[in-house]
Amino acid sequence: MRTKACNYVSVDFPSRSSNEGFARTVAACFAAQLDPTLEEVNDIKTAVSEAVTNAIVHAYPDTIGKVSMKLRLYEDNSVEIVVRDWGVGIADVEQARQPMYTTGGEERAGMGFTIMESFMDKLRLRSTPGKGTTVTMRRCISRRAGGR
Amino acid sequence: MAVSCMSARRELTVALTGELDHHGAKQVMQELDKRMDWELPRRLSIDMGGVTFMDSSGIAVLLRAHRRMAQLQGSMTVSNVPPQALRVFQAAGLHRVIDFV
Ligand SMILES: Nc1ncnc2c1ncn2[C@@H]1O[C@H](COP(=O)(O)OP(=O)(O)O)[C@@H](O)[C@H]1O
Ligand SMILES: [Mg+2]
Repeated sequence: MRTKACNYVSVDFPSRSSNEGFARTVAACFAAQLDPTLEEVNDIKTAVSEAVTNAIVHAYPDTIGKVSMKLRLYEDNSVEIVVRDWGVGIADVEQARQPMYTTGGEERAGMGFTIMESFMDKLRLRSTPGKGTTVTMRRCISRRAGGR
Repeated sequence: MAVSCMSARRELTVALTGELDHHGAKQVMQELDKRMDWELPRRLSIDMGGVTFMDSSGIAVLLRAHRRMAQLQGSMTVSNVPPQALRVFQAAGLHRVIDFV
């Protein structure tokens, strides 16, 4: 039951940690069209931060690579966010989604996917080792009384 | 990300300000490690009142500090957690491990 995208934005950036904040801000500005509550915007920002950080930290451990973020707005008042990298990929995506699973050592908590799952309505993770990873997330924004 | 520390009688108080993401967390961890090695505190209080954004990188920061305080046989509390960061901690079940005051 997928409605047509009525607006979209696409950005590419190098996997530098300074771009984490940039990606969050882009997502928050784009989602603003749906007149979300502060909590809804923050949930989207947090999920985007997790997905983009993964592309920056895990996908390109020793190099700087390309990260792409696509945002789509749907007529059912939902926003879809696709974060893609062309990095090392994930061998076992089920394992990667487990709470507290991390290959990042003490600096990571292994809670990224858990947070994306709990803050978004849908999450799809596709990955091919050696080719890269795509995370697709969707979040419905409530229509508020007195709104459009 | 700004980290400001204050200590007296082996009580270390750390106030965090800014965006605690992976980019900011690296800085906080370095600063905390340094201060804790130097002071060997018995009590660590982290004031999160100035944190404008936090993702799971912040969880790793708190868990690391918590482990370190356990090694030092001390205690740790976290205060003034803003609503956005609180949602992240709740989703991760962190209240079972960390003492939020
Ligand atoms: N884009 C990616 N490329 C390669 N590996 C990834 C990617 N995203 C996640 N992973 C793997 O999945 C694990 C779990 O991710 P996550 O839940 O975000 O926890 P964390 O980032 O704290 O390790 C990571 O430790 C890593 O091994
Ligand atoms: Mg992560």
